[in-house]
Amino acid sequence: MPFKMEPRQEVSRTVVYATPVLAVLLTVISGYFLFLCLGLSPATTLYHFLISPTLTFYGWSELCVKAGPLVLIATGLAIGFRANVWNIGAEGQLTFGAIGAGGIALAFWNESGLWILPLMCLAGILGGMIYGAIPALLKTRFGVSEILTSLMLTYVSTLGLGILVYGPWRDPQGFNFPQTRMFTDSSLLPLILDGTRMHVGILVTLAISLAAWILMTRTIAGFQVKVVGEAPAAARFAGFSRNRTIWMSFLVSGAGAGLAGTFEAAGPVGQLVPHLTPGYGFTAIIVAFLGRLHPIGIIVAGFLMAISYNGGEIAQVEDRLPQAATGVFQGMLLFYLLACDFLSRYRLRRISARREVTPS
Amino acid sequence: MTMIVTRRTFLAGSAAATGALALGRPGRAFAADPLRVAFVYIGPIGDHGYTYAHDVGRKAMEAHFGDKVKVTYVENVPEGPDCERVIRQLATSGNQLIFSTSFGFMEATIKVANQFPKIKFEHATGFKRTPNLAIYNARFYEGRAVLGDIAGRMSKSGVAGYVASFPIPEVVMGINAFTLAAQKHNPNFKTKVIWVNTWYDPGKESDAAKALIDKGADILSQHTDSAAPLQVAESRGVYAFGQATDMTPYAPKAHLTAVVDQWANYYIDRVQKVMDGTWTSSDIWWGFKEGLVGLAPFNASMPADVKAAADKLKADISSGAVHPFTGPIRNQKGDIVYAAGQKATDEEMLKMNWYVAGVES
Repeated sequence: MPFKMEPRQEVSRTVVYATPVLAVLLTVISGYFLFLCLGLSPATTLYHFLISPTLTFYGWSELCVKAGPLVLIATGLAIGFRANVWNIGAEGQLTFGAIGAGGIALAFWNESGLWILPLMCLAGILGGMIYGAIPALLKTRFGVSEILTSLMLTYVSTLGLGILVYGPWRDPQGFNFPQTRMFTDSSLLPLILDGTRMHVGILVTLAISLAAWILMTRTIAGFQVKVVGEAPAAARFAGFSRNRTIWMSFLVSGAGAGLAGTFEAAGPVGQLVPHLTPGYGFTAIIVAFLGRLHPIGIIVAGFLMAISYNGGEIAQVEDRLPQAATGVFQGMLLFYLLACDFLSRYRLRRISARREVTPS
Repeated sequence: MTMIVTRRTFLAGSAAATGALALGRPGRAFAADPLRVAFVYIGPIGDHGYTYAHDVGRKAMEAHFGDKVKVTYVENVPEGPDCERVIRQLATSGNQLIFSTSFGFMEATIKVANQFPKIKFEHATGFKRTPNLAIYNARFYEGRAVLGDIAGRMSKSGVAGYVASFPIPEVVMGINAFTLAAQKHNPNFKTKVIWVNTWYDPGKESDAAKALIDKGADILSQHTDSAAPLQVAESRGVYAFGQATDMTPYAPKAHLTAVVDQWANYYIDRVQKVMDGTWTSSDIWWGFKEGLVGLAPFNASMPADVKAAADKLKADISSGAVHPFTGPIRNQKGDIVYAAGQKATDEEMLKMNWYVAGVES
């Protein structure tokens, strides 16, 4: 290999802010040719894909619905990622959170009262935390890779939800379709605005983003997390416990995912179904990194992802863009973002033949 | 109200953005424009099953009306929060008639229909209707009875395998109709069922097909949308029936016939009614008689008497001489549910949640 990647000594702030813009630009250019090859009018299709979702008030409300859970989960995950704790199983924690919240909603199906929703949120958070505690325990007690355990537990959680909605929790009036009863008004999140699907969970999410920002920049706990992640040796000298960081990361990210599951079940879905989300727990990992693990960056990244999803639907509706092509376009966007990000932090260098034979 | 505001902001926004961005802007619909019709599909149009069949109907409708319609569709729409947004998107973008073609779209279709009272909606295989939401369904069980008749005559082991999706009445009804018809020739005929809990997943479907053959089935039927079970049947040397369309190309030897969904006439009829201003929210359940359900050509390897019997049964069901659910019918416990000569009513069939004797699910 005559080439090698090496970290750049210094990454300028301009580059950090310019890379996402460059990535979007490259995606637009590639997309232009992709749509041209498909025999579409590329400018119109790009317009529908990237601009149309943001043109109406309703469009923005839908972006909030889509970005909300992504931002909430990613904010929690980012805290762990900063400490090099890899929770890949947010989807499972989300599912368990939804089971907790849904259980409350169904248990008090005949009741009404303002106490039901907070109780559901509490159950959702607890569900997510308990499910996040399993990989944390395995990691701190037995040193099992949390990447594997958290990922595999996702599939277990889906099956767990399946047992419930195909079995005891199935809607008695639902013609045997695997879904629970629709939640009653007391267990549904109030809408911010009638006629939209924007629910109060989105406001809670924004508040949590802000809290996470303060936690990470203004508190000792946040500082510990960063040190454990970036300089484990220094953290040990300072007496910061690695195990405590792992526990905190999993409990916080589990709580975030569990709450996101609650908001999905009590928000746009309104019941429990076998597949509650189109993989928000996994997409949130991308969102966390796109947002550079920064709470505000994550909000921006969450909305960018939401635009690419909702825009993909609009392009299908308006331009008859095949569904597979929307997937390709979304993939390109992520590819360019990650590639630009990588190249902003690393550079490609030619290794001269002479240097290789000279021992250092 | 919401719609007016949304549209106005949409127009203003588009105009502003065009100026600012100098990007292409789509043309807006005007009153004299062609009728805008939209379809929402659960699967990919390339599933060569259920969604493909709807798309064949869509294309036929489009060919029939030519310039008089402008048709759009969205495929692979998941049953969940996303489908509501897609249906709403179709409504706000100027479509006047929207077909949502899967049971799971029901609640979302109702919500959007209530918010857009001037737009006409049609929901397939559901059971909830509103003034601007019609429902339509096909008597697939009639076709499945003919498949059962063929299976009863062709199977040597007397065991059929059934790759099934969800235990909703639609699917339960099909399994029962199939089994009852087969038992006319072989009273001990058994139908083993595997639930894959999906409408379309070639991997799961083919696993189920293999397991059923391993359990002794020598003929397969399916209520899922991919051709995977047929391909398994072909490679294992057993017979099978296609789903929703003629799937012969996937399994030239195994494919005996298929229940074919022929939505074209219905779609043409409904679009015409909207054009004429005579559309009303109706509830139809059509079968062989109206041509909504058909059969794929019989495999050449089928004996002539089996073909003739299948044709006769189809004709008899079509004329009303034979009803697939005619007693005596026993449930799995062996209790009589319908006495000799008694027929199941439409209402009873649409709520069917029990299996006839001989079904092993």
